Amino acid sequence: MNCDNVLEIKRLNISFMTDKKKINAINNVAFKIKKGEILGLVGESGSGKSITSLSILGLLPSPPAVIEESEILFHDLDLIQASEQQMQKIRGNRISMIFQEPMTSLNPLYTVGNQLLESVQKHQSLSKSEANDICIHTLKSVGLARAEAIMNEYPHQLSGGMRQRVMIAMAMVCQPEILIADEPTTALDVTIQSQILKLMKELNEKTGTSVLFITHDLGVVAEICHRVIVMYGGRIVEEGSVLDVFKNPQHPYTRGLLKSVPDIRNKQDKLYAIPGSVPKPGSIQKGCYFAPRCEFAKDICFENEPEFVQLTEDGHRSRCFLNENVGGATKNDK
Amino acid sequence: MFSYTTKRLFSLIPVLLGMTLVVFFIIRAIPGNPAQVILGQRATKEAIEALTEQLGLNKAWYIQYFNYLKDLAHLDLGTSLRTKAEISQEIFPYLAATFELTFVAMFIAIVVGVNAGIISAWFSKSWFDYVAMLLALVGISLPIFWLGLMEQWTFSIQLGWLPTTGRENVRNPVEAITNLYLLDTLLRGRMDQFIDVVKHIILPSFALATIPMAILARMTRSTVLEVMNADYIRTARAKGLKMFVVVYKHALKNAFIPILTVIGLQIGLLLGGAILTETIFGWPGVGRYLYDAIAYRDYPVIQSGVLIIAFFFVMINLIVDLLYGFIDPRIKYTE
Ligand SMILES: Nc1ncnc2c1ncn2[C@@H]1O[C@H](COP(=O)(O)OP(=O)(O)OP(=O)(O)O)[C@@H](O)[C@H]1O
Ligand SMILES: [Mg+2]
Repeated sequence: MNCDNVLEIKRLNISFMTDKKKINAINNVAFKIKKGEILGLVGESGSGKSITSLSILGLLPSPPAVIEESEILFHDLDLIQASEQQMQKIRGNRISMIFQEPMTSLNPLYTVGNQLLESVQKHQSLSKSEANDICIHTLKSVGLARAEAIMNEYPHQLSGGMRQRVMIAMAMVCQPEILIADEPTTALDVTIQSQILKLMKELNEKTGTSVLFITHDLGVVAEICHRVIVMYGGRIVEEGSVLDVFKNPQHPYTRGLLKSVPDIRNKQDKLYAIPGSVPKPGSIQKGCYFAPRCEFAKDICFENEPEFVQLTEDGHRSRCFLNENVGGATKNDK
Repeated sequence: MFSYTTKRLFSLIPVLLGMTLVVFFIIRAIPGNPAQVILGQRATKEAIEALTEQLGLNKAWYIQYFNYLKDLAHLDLGTSLRTKAEISQEIFPYLAATFELTFVAMFIAIVVGVNAGIISAWFSKSWFDYVAMLLALVGISLPIFWLGLMEQWTFSIQLGWLPTTGRENVRNPVEAITNLYLLDTLLRGRMDQFIDVVKHIILPSFALATIPMAILARMTRSTVLEVMNADYIRTARAKGLKMFVVVYKHALKNAFIPILTVIGLQIGLLLGGAILTETIFGWPGVGRYLYDAIAYRDYPVIQSGVLIIAFFFVMINLIVDLLYGFIDPRIKYTE
């Protein structure tokens, strides 16, 4: 494994068992997280972003989830094969995770301090006062100046933004190599959202922790990510540096997503929306998954599934038959 | 918190007053006259009238009720018509016997029921879950007298391991201190008697524990199962905590408020004197005491006995309400 990568998903296939039927939700997803980068994972609701991230930590509920023919390399350990004990040593310690809902992600019945200390003491053998100092230090580093007081407060005494900061502190307290953030700002209002984004960027620069940043907001990706992966229907459809993908999107789905970001400077009468909706997982379909919604679809798109083609040296890749043509075919180039 | 508690305590007064009124009239509605019962079938009319007057039962009802309340206000529970003993003295050993039985039964019910519920939720749809929930369903539907008789038949008569009835070995009686025999025998350092008392309490406490145990197991399973889907459980797992800590620390505490409510109600019910169980197992508790008092139309004993039970019932409810606040910091007792 290349030492530039902290995590490599070699391949990932996830299905769900429902009423004896097996429904495929993630199909041959593969990507790498590089050391120190912020990698964005975008896609519409239901495209499989959350289950991809949960499978890294082995937190998918099974049943109903079934993971087959998959390999996720973290250093030399395959996280799919790892035992529960091995995973417990990694979770919250070397790979940690924060979630969308700061209002419900903290246990309402324990103090912030209790929940923070729990993480530290689980993974590091420290005295009580040392652990306490680390917690307070971490709370301060996420911008909670009243750290000492907050240690003794309950989640309901904090605002949504503060709770998300607490969640970030909890995730960062053991200085993980990877932080997975599943839509950490979606539930927050806009000003708080940009504060949290700034904080995550700062932490990434200061500590060198790699971040897998899941969102459906391309504006957020442009703001903080280095690279971006676009998912559609349980597949990766485009991958590349933020610059490449935003300047020169190759997949019609990515173009659609970019077009549907509201732009103040370029006032449109109506907001653009990709027609149709994400296919239900399990709906059997030949050819490209996006073809039914794609304005450029040709006959071949309904027949065969396109390969994931590398387009540039630095890893801009896309899964589309029109890779060459698309660029010229659209009017609204960014 | 303190002022809330005092307020709640004061609000109990009208409840208990209402209780006295209801009981006062209900027992007088039961056909039969205490004097008649005391003197027997062949007593003369004059003798009965004389005794009725002596007992003060010929006075107008409101005078009787007022006198009763006046005594209560002085914390005087009255005297038994039958034994002439002070009720507050006489009832004590019976109350203690019921407390002891209730405590042991609830202890068994909570330890077994709550844990069975937790494990069923943790490993839901496993064979343990199916077996435990089937047993719980059976437990809820079993008639308690039948269960008691089966216990006696199996463990006393067939196997001869445990005594059928009573609270102690009558040939080796316990010298009471608190009347809680498990405690008293230990205080006196009489291990032989302690073992004896334990043997006596096993069968009735298991019979009594069955229903609360089954209710708690089902209740705990469903609330823990619900809580396990919460976001903070996923957070706890993402921290790398052991499943045991996730379940017993993070899930259980959140599931505990409904569990506590059930525990409170069940303790209240058991304290009311589990008359059936006490009768089958010859357990000298308040249930039996009141049952006898009703047979003798011993009005003061019935009145005061019911009042005491009602008092403990409402007190337990109050304690449960206060415990909510200890479990959940979001519950504030401001009013
Ligand atoms: N427990 C489950 N049982 C059955 N299907 C599931 C389960 N969890 C997820 N799925 C399916 O997997 C697909 C991907 O879900 P996922 O939560 O990863 O989407 P997402 O990209 O994170 O969407 P969102 O933006 O709404 O969070 C969904 O379409 C859903 O139907
Ligand atoms: Mg999601």
